[in-house]
Amino acid sequence: MTTKFTPDHEYIRVEGSTGTVGITPYAQEALGDIVFVELPEVGKVLKKGDEAAVVESVKAASEIYAPVAGTVTEVNQELSGNPGLINADPEAGGWIYKITIADAAEIETLLDSDAYAELTL
Amino acid sequence: MAQAPTDDLKITPLHERHLRANGRMVPFGGYSLPVQYPTGIMAEHKWTREHAGLFDVSHMGPSFLLLNERSGDAEADHAAISAIIEPLICGDIASLKPGQIRYTLLLNDQGGTLDDLLVARSPLVAGGLYIVVNAGTKETDFERIEAAAGDKARLIRADGTYALMALQGPEAASVMATIAPGAADLGFMTYNAFDWGSDKLIVSRSGYTGEDGFEILVVTADAAALWDRLLSDERVKPVGLGARDSLRLEAGLPLYGHDLDETVSPIEAGLGFAVSRRRREEADLPGAARILQEISNKPSRLRVGLLVDGAPAREGAEILDGTGEPVGTVTSGGFAPSLGKAIALGFVPPAHAEIGSKLQVSVRGRAQPAEVVPTPFVPHRYFRKTQAS
Repeated sequence: MTTKFTPDHEYIRVEGSTGTVGITPYAQEALGDIVFVELPEVGKVLKKGDEAAVVESVKAASEIYAPVAGTVTEVNQELSGNPGLINADPEAGGWIYKITIADAAEIETLLDSDAYAELTL
Repeated sequence: MAQAPTDDLKITPLHERHLRANGRMVPFGGYSLPVQYPTGIMAEHKWTREHAGLFDVSHMGPSFLLLNERSGDAEADHAAISAIIEPLICGDIASLKPGQIRYTLLLNDQGGTLDDLLVARSPLVAGGLYIVVNAGTKETDFERIEAAAGDKARLIRADGTYALMALQGPEAASVMATIAPGAADLGFMTYNAFDWGSDKLIVSRSGYTGEDGFEILVVTADAAALWDRLLSDERVKPVGLGARDSLRLEAGLPLYGHDLDETVSPIEAGLGFAVSRRRREEADLPGAARILQEISNKPSRLRVGLLVDGAPAREGAEILDGTGEPVGTVTSGGFAPSLGKAIALGFVPPAHAEIGSKLQVSVRGRAQPAEVVPTPFVPHRYFRKTQAS
C-alpha cells in the first residue's frame, strides 16, 4: 500500500488496482469547516485532472480533481450527513471516493509523501 | 498562515493583535483583515450567537459632521446639520433625539443605493452628527458629504485615528458593563461617550449580527489595550470576517456591493422602513419619483430570503422558477451555521417573492429546490428597553 499526492492537495491511497481519494490534512485546514460535499456518481469515468467532487466550506466551494484516470467504484456516503469528517479525519474516515486505476503508470507521476511535504512547508 | 500585507493594503490599529492570534489575513475593502482565527468560522459564528464575539471593523468609515457656525440653540443647530445631510439620503435625521442612531441609505438621483450607513445625532455637540459608512465606498461617500457640506459644516474622518470594534452576542452587555457601566444601559440604536483609557470611547448599541451588542470607536492609542481587556473576559473571543458575513446573512442584513448597488432601490431591497415617513410625505428624497412609485405599485424585483436544499448557492447563482425558467439572481449565499442549512438572498419579480414560493437555484448546472422564507433567517435579538425579560 502506498499513498501519493497531487499539487492540488488530493491524496490517493493505492491498494492493488484501487485508489482511495481524499484531501490532505493541510487542505482541510486551509479550507476550514466543510459544510457540504458533492460526491461523484458511482460508475463515473474520470480522466486525470477531471473534477470529481466539490467540497464546500462556509465561505467557498472547492473542486476536488481526479489524481489519475479511472472509474468511480464507491463513494463515502457518510459525508452526506457528516461532511465535517473531512476536517476531523481527512485521511481515514473522511475519504471521498474510490476509483479503479486505469493506468498504473499515472500513479508514478504523482508526488510521494516527502515531495508533498516539501510543497506544503 | 498569516501573510504580510502587500504594499497597497492598509492595516488597522489591531493588525499586530490579529497576527499574534494567528488570524488568517486576507485583503478586504483595501485592508488586511482576519477572515478567521484558528478556531474557524463555524466556531466563531456559534460563539457569537451564544456568548460574545469581538470584531475589528476599523476598515469602515466612521466620521463626524460638525456645523461650522453654531447658533447657541441646539435644536436649530441640529435642524441646520440635518438639512445638509438629508438631501443625500432617505432618512429623517431632523427628528432624531440626541444620541439616537438611524440606519439609512445614500441614494443617487435615480433612487439607486450608493451605500447604506448609520447617521446619529451627537448627544454631546450641538449641530454634530456621527456617521459610519462602508469601507468599500468611504472615499466617494465622504466626497459627497463634503460637497454637500460646503462651508457650512466640516467632515472629520475618524478612520486612521481611531479603531472601530464590534462586541456582539447575548453576553456583550454584561461584558460591556465591566468596561463602561453606563454603556450597558444604552437603548438599541443609541450611542454615547464613556471615559476609558486616555480618552473616551464612543459606544453605539448597534451591530451587524442580529444579536444585542455594541460598536466601539476608540482612539488608536488605546485600541490594543481595549482589545486585550475585552478578550481577557472569558465570555469574549475574537471573530473574523468569515463569521461576520455568515452572521449578517442569517440576520437577513444586506451587504453593500452584493445585495445593494447603484441600481437597487430601498423598496426593491426590502428596506422601505429606512425611507422615513416625513421624507415620503415631503417627496424630497433623492430619486423620489421612482421610490414613491415603487411604494404605491410594486417594483419589478424584490429582495427575498431563500432556504436552499443541498449545496450552498453562492453570489451569482441563477434563481429559477418551478419550471426551470430563470427569474432572478442570488446576491449573497452560503451556509447558515445556526440552521445547518444553506441560505441565500437574491432578487426575483414580485410574482415569485411571496413567502412559501417554491423556486430553484442553479448550482454547478443543477437545479436544487429553494423556498422563499421570511428574513431574518435567525430571529434578531436586539436589546429592547421595554421588554420584560
